Amino acid sequence: MSATMNRIGLPRDAYKGAATTLCAGCGHNSITNHMIKALYELGVEPHLLAKMSGIGCSSKTPAYFVETAHGFNGVHGRMPALTTGAQLANRQLIMLGVSGDGDTASIGLGQFMHMIRRNIDCTYIIEDNGTYGLTKGQFSATADLGSVQKKGAVNTFQPIDPCAVALTLGCSFVARSFSGDGKQVVPLIKAAIAHRGTAILDIISPCVTFNDHDGSTKSYSWVKDHEESIADVSFIPFFEEVHVDYEPGTVRDVELHDGSHIVLKKLGEDHDPTDRLAAMKVLEEGRAAGHLVTGLLYLDTTMNDFASTEQIPQRPLVELGENDLRLTPDEFGQFMSEFA
Amino acid sequence: MTDQIINDLTIQAATVNGSGSQTANLVLTRAIFHMGIPVAPKNVFPSNIEGLPTWYQLRVTPQGHMARRDQVDILVAFNVATWHQDLRTVRPGGVVVHEEAFSTAEARTDITYYPVPFSKLAKTKIQSDTLRKQLANMIYVGVVAGLLGIPWEALDHAVKRQFLSKPKAVPINLDAMKVGFDYWQDNFSKKDPYRLEPMIGVVDGKVLVEGNQAAALGALMGGVTVAAWYPITPSSSLCENLIAYSDRFRTDPKTGEKRIAIVQAEDELAAVGMAIGAGWAGARAMTSTSGPGISLMAEFAGLGYYAEVPVVIFDIQRIGPSTGLPTRTSQADIGFAYTLSHGDTKHLVLLPGTVEECYEFARDAFDYADRFQTPVFVLSDLDLGMNLWMTPEFKYPDKPFDRGKVLSKDDLERLRGEWARYADIDRDGVPYRTLPGTDHPAAGYFTRGSGHDEHARYTESAEAYAANMDRLSRKFETARGALPAPVIDESSKSPIGLIAFGSTHAAVVEARQALEAARRPVDYLRVRALPLSPQVVEFVSRHERVYVVEQNRDGQIYDLIRLALPPALVDRVLSIRHYDGQPIPADAIIEPLLQSEAVPV
Repeated sequence: MSATMNRIGLPRDAYKGAATTLCAGCGHNSITNHMIKALYELGVEPHLLAKMSGIGCSSKTPAYFVETAHGFNGVHGRMPALTTGAQLANRQLIMLGVSGDGDTASIGLGQFMHMIRRNIDCTYIIEDNGTYGLTKGQFSATADLGSVQKKGAVNTFQPIDPCAVALTLGCSFVARSFSGDGKQVVPLIKAAIAHRGTAILDIISPCVTFNDHDGSTKSYSWVKDHEESIADVSFIPFFEEVHVDYEPGTVRDVELHDGSHIVLKKLGEDHDPTDRLAAMKVLEEGRAAGHLVTGLLYLDTTMNDFASTEQIPQRPLVELGENDLRLTPDEFGQFMSEFA
Repeated sequence: MTDQIINDLTIQAATVNGSGSQTANLVLTRAIFHMGIPVAPKNVFPSNIEGLPTWYQLRVTPQGHMARRDQVDILVAFNVATWHQDLRTVRPGGVVVHEEAFSTAEARTDITYYPVPFSKLAKTKIQSDTLRKQLANMIYVGVVAGLLGIPWEALDHAVKRQFLSKPKAVPINLDAMKVGFDYWQDNFSKKDPYRLEPMIGVVDGKVLVEGNQAAALGALMGGVTVAAWYPITPSSSLCENLIAYSDRFRTDPKTGEKRIAIVQAEDELAAVGMAIGAGWAGARAMTSTSGPGISLMAEFAGLGYYAEVPVVIFDIQRIGPSTGLPTRTSQADIGFAYTLSHGDTKHLVLLPGTVEECYEFARDAFDYADRFQTPVFVLSDLDLGMNLWMTPEFKYPDKPFDRGKVLSKDDLERLRGEWARYADIDRDGVPYRTLPGTDHPAAGYFTRGSGHDEHARYTESAEAYAANMDRLSRKFETARGALPAPVIDESSKSPIGLIAFGSTHAAVVEARQALEAARRPVDYLRVRALPLSPQVVEFVSRHERVYVVEQNRDGQIYDLIRLALPPALVDRVLSIRHYDGQPIPADAIIEPLLQSEAVPV
């Protein structure tokens, strides 16, 4: 039996990585599988993929998919800086960052915000479980007010909502999902990769060891009971034809930079993902009602990404040589003489 | 009148920060330089935008001494707040040009005064209300020109040179200067011995360059393509110059595309992180900062060392600890930068001693970083970085870039994909790397700051850890022999030696001439890189006593040298330290050395 190949002739196995060392049942492992599926179906060239991460359970996961791609597991909370530098060095790379709630909302909040502010072209996935797993179960900054730690301690602080922060900063792509909802996560990952600019995807990803008990608002059962999807998401890549046969008025279709489409099918109230105020309202209303709002919250395809704003050429800067980079001897001589 | 003193004097202008005095100071400097006389300006400025005192010292010597001098020959007193303090700095027999309104009731009697009604002249002779404050400074240049005999032609040239890009400003500045020039002619007769006379052939081929300008040009010629920085004195002008030069030399005139990315980051952590990300992706990447920024970069510096990522980090040193004196110079980051980060981290450090070396080392730092796949620190300082230095024109590079051991797609095909990121194939400790984007299935590897084996896979193996750390040590030893060697001058055949590095060089050059004149000649070794060259130990072994001169309190390089010496030689080295934030003068070397050698000063 021959394996099914994607559009660039690679089997799904080509997108696999090393065996996971995370706990059995960890939400992050599901996200890794969603990532493999999304990258395989998109037909991403492994050699053009750059997997970036910080420190923590989530940040280990880039080792667990697309083993042949380059990866960089940096320092805690600083994935955005490394990603920014690498992206500028080579605009051809597909930057895929994986972070966690501690890595993003605590130690890395500053870099997270500044990356959004610059609109660096990358996908930024937050594997959000509200707890520090590797250091054994302390609250993180995304833990909800009143949520209960495994040993009974109650969180007395307001949470930082990465999606709300991203919206406030004018992030060009903001989405939230749940690791157990592959039908939603996979198209969102694809859309995030197709999007040119910073795409924030906050995925609630339960920690089975330290944060999956009663009283937690990041447990499997809590999320299953409280998830409220604002729209069904499907993604049509640029290499497939668009044929949508929904009834008029029931779907929204947004074209992304590379010609792909993201198609949103209305569920309940209509949400316009190009309306930032509406996105904030949906989040706030969900929070007040005790719901976890998931789906594509906001998308702006008109904003320039940083490298475009800075007029960095498409040809990777890393490929430039002496003739592109040095002054000519004449220019050099003229320039030196100006210091006389 | 005593004997004339020609072309050997120090002018100090005491002004108020933010009053536009810097333009006037530079015009005076350029006018004297245009006469063919060597100049060495030092700007002593406050951490302030407007209102605090600032001093500009312009030293003029026929020999071209570049170091600061403690004693002032000609004081231009513009600032009433520091008037009495400034008077004390003037050497006996010196000259004071001062605002007429300042009280001379309790002033010294051993100096010559030329009171000038600067405020009145500015009010009555300068028409522009908006520019009056700035132009008032130009009046002092005119007075000093009259006093010293600077020809009008030189002043005219200097103003035009200063306002090269703003020719409209030339006439009003010339007019203001003429006010002072005429005031001197009409009101004073010469009562002091100081004169300037044109010199022939001494400054030919020389230019005036700031170290940060030189480093920016060096980085550009070294092929930097990604620079990330956070503003901090005294480093900011390095990246600001880089931006200006890139706008001119790296921008496609048709498309506006830039062959460089320069990011003003949110802090120094992000700045060095971006540079390391870019270095990892294969760009020639850099950041520039000063002490407080270096402190923030510690964690990333360790990642760069351990994950073996090329990056160039400029540290334009200022006085610490903590915020310290942000606008004063120092060489006190050397020990910290050398081992920046926790857990057996150590770095390659380049120590430029002249602005020419700021250019060359900035340029070559990218080669060293690529060749040794590690952060390279370039330690300049405020004195070197922000003052103008007279220098020969820089040389055009005679070598292509050295990109180090990078495996291309073709290399990987030839190797049939068999390679390991951290294997020591060549037994020099330097491994091979691939760049992201290399189109070969074996190219990818996983870079991490956690424990890794030769294949870059995560491991906690004791053997793999120790073997990797030993290889990193081997790499460091390979680099030791490849970095810029010390510059050694043993022509004096003296049993006494001096060791110094960085901007201390200027004071050492002058001190050696004075010591030779005092029949105590000394040999000299200038350290230009860390880790230390074995030549340092050899130099010590050839001398009975060696004085290590540096601008920090604790004798940081003195300590590093003693650590490198065999026990029998340790007592031969002695330490001379200068750490008040002012660039070290030659006297700060001559006096302690002669004292130690038991010769009455």
